Amino acid sequence: MNFYSNLNIGQKRVLWAWGFLAVPIIFYTVVRFYPTANAILLSFQEWNLLGDRTWAGLENYATLASDPVFWKVFKNTFLYLILGTPISLIVAFTVAYHLDKVRFMHGTIRALYFLPFMTSAVAMAWVWRWFYQPVPIGLFNNFLATFGIPQIAFLNSTTNALPAILAPAVWAGLGFQIIIFMAGLRAIPATYYEAARIDGVSRWTVLFEITIPLLKPTIVFLVVFSSIGFLRIFDQVFNMTTNNPGGPLNSTKPLVLMIYDTAFNGYDMGYAAAQTVVLFTILLLVSLLQLYLLRDR
Amino acid sequence: MSVAENIEIKASSDALLRGPSNAKKPRNIAQLIRWIILFAGGLLMVMPIAYMLATSFKFPFEVYNLNLIPEEPTIENYTYVLGDGRFYHWFWNSLLIATLTTVSNVFFDSLVGYTLCKFRFRGRYIVFIAILSTLMIPTEMLVIPWYLMSQQFGWLDTHWGIMFPGLMTAFGVFLMKQFFETVPDDFIEAARIDGLNEFQIWWTVALPLVRPALAALAIFVFLGNWTAFIWPLIVTNSQEMYTLPVGLTTFSVEQQVEWELIMTGAAISTLPTLIVFLIFQRFIIQGVVMAGLKG
Repeated sequence: MNFYSNLNIGQKRVLWAWGFLAVPIIFYTVVRFYPTANAILLSFQEWNLLGDRTWAGLENYATLASDPVFWKVFKNTFLYLILGTPISLIVAFTVAYHLDKVRFMHGTIRALYFLPFMTSAVAMAWVWRWFYQPVPIGLFNNFLATFGIPQIAFLNSTTNALPAILAPAVWAGLGFQIIIFMAGLRAIPATYYEAARIDGVSRWTVLFEITIPLLKPTIVFLVVFSSIGFLRIFDQVFNMTTNNPGGPLNSTKPLVLMIYDTAFNGYDMGYAAAQTVVLFTILLLVSLLQLYLLRDR
Repeated sequence: MSVAENIEIKASSDALLRGPSNAKKPRNIAQLIRWIILFAGGLLMVMPIAYMLATSFKFPFEVYNLNLIPEEPTIENYTYVLGDGRFYHWFWNSLLIATLTTVSNVFFDSLVGYTLCKFRFRGRYIVFIAILSTLMIPTEMLVIPWYLMSQQFGWLDTHWGIMFPGLMTAFGVFLMKQFFETVPDDFIEAARIDGLNEFQIWWTVALPLVRPALAALAIFVFLGNWTAFIWPLIVTNSQEMYTLPVGLTTFSVEQQVEWELIMTGAAISTLPTLIVFLIFQRFIIQGVVMAGLKG
């Protein structure tokens, strides 16, 4: 206590600050930084959880590069991304743009679009899985049957399964994106629109010359946010194809599911770690791209 | 982000809640069509949730019916699923873990955010950048080392094991730091002159001023932990330790043909968040706006 009372006010404050940070610094070191280093280290090693960790050099990465399943998975992961992000953003923007102009029951309609965001991906994966079942069971095929349209194999087809799994992922994220878009739209000063009205500019010109350019930060944020989400897709895939995780012939398997399988079904920890490093690199590039695109802000 | 921008975000989120700014009254046909399409789209959005709920009240023979209103509503599915006993465990585990991680996050994230915002000391910037950089590390990369760590320390298949990775988040620190910038330094100086110690200043003066941000953070953390799947799936072995999403997965696999039971299980894991949303709608949407515009 004597030591403390001998300090001046500034030194006392510094002591308080480090006191406040002590537990969090330990937490971030032990639970974030050390595991990151460990994962990178493990990616250069061979280990089956039981024996010793042995040095393998670049062997895991070499195996990865020559593994046809990995390339299939890589392609799937990017398919989720390049289908999911534009579709969800365009739909979300369209809804937000029009919802912004609607007054009657505005809150209710907004709540309807937002509700799916509050659900759990696992629970909803099972709901959608039920919808996709063949005729006596599945809702979609039952519905088609009432119009005499032949059944569609949703989850058992190598071509349909991936979009069928993507749909609930897009659906669940729309509410969030709509809210963010609407907040972005509201943040645009009304004076811009008034000026455009006085100049007699058409509605499309206003949209493309004022609204969308001024929404750039919002759009960049949502593109990155949803890209990261689609690159990390797992819950939906795992639960919609539990009897055969990854779908027919790995047609729906994303990178995270491959990581899970390699580590916790195959116990090939080093190989799984190498896959996580690949995922990490991709996500890092996406984040850096965001920083680059927003650099003038 | 500056104070001015914070205020701007606050203003835009308030405007969002007040309703449309430059809306015309729905007098013309185009406006009516727009409303009808939007409303129909909204109904389509809640369709899966509506079918889940409807089916959970249906007898097996009615499940494949396209009707949303059960002809003979029954709560038999609920008594069966809840009578299973395991759902109580899963519900309790989810509730406990989501609540404790929320408390921990709200406490530590705001403490760190406050310290990094209101104290001047050497190393402050490095700590901030270090914490922020963890945002770029995906959970998937950490699950293998976390698993090894849990194995070594005997945390596998325990509540603590499920919880420990999520006790603090960099996102929360960032969010809170931004909001503490709106708290004037004068308030803190005045409290110092009044003889409060630094912890008391944070707890009694600064925290109450950022209550909306705390609520937003709490909602996000709770929802995130309530629906978390991959880590609880990995770290738990015994059915008693499963959380709702993990339990639902195994339960559904067992009930492959009985969709009314699977839908009941899904409803049990979704209903609490839906009810919370309906009660705190305004708050949650505001939280999404704040968190989203800050991310």
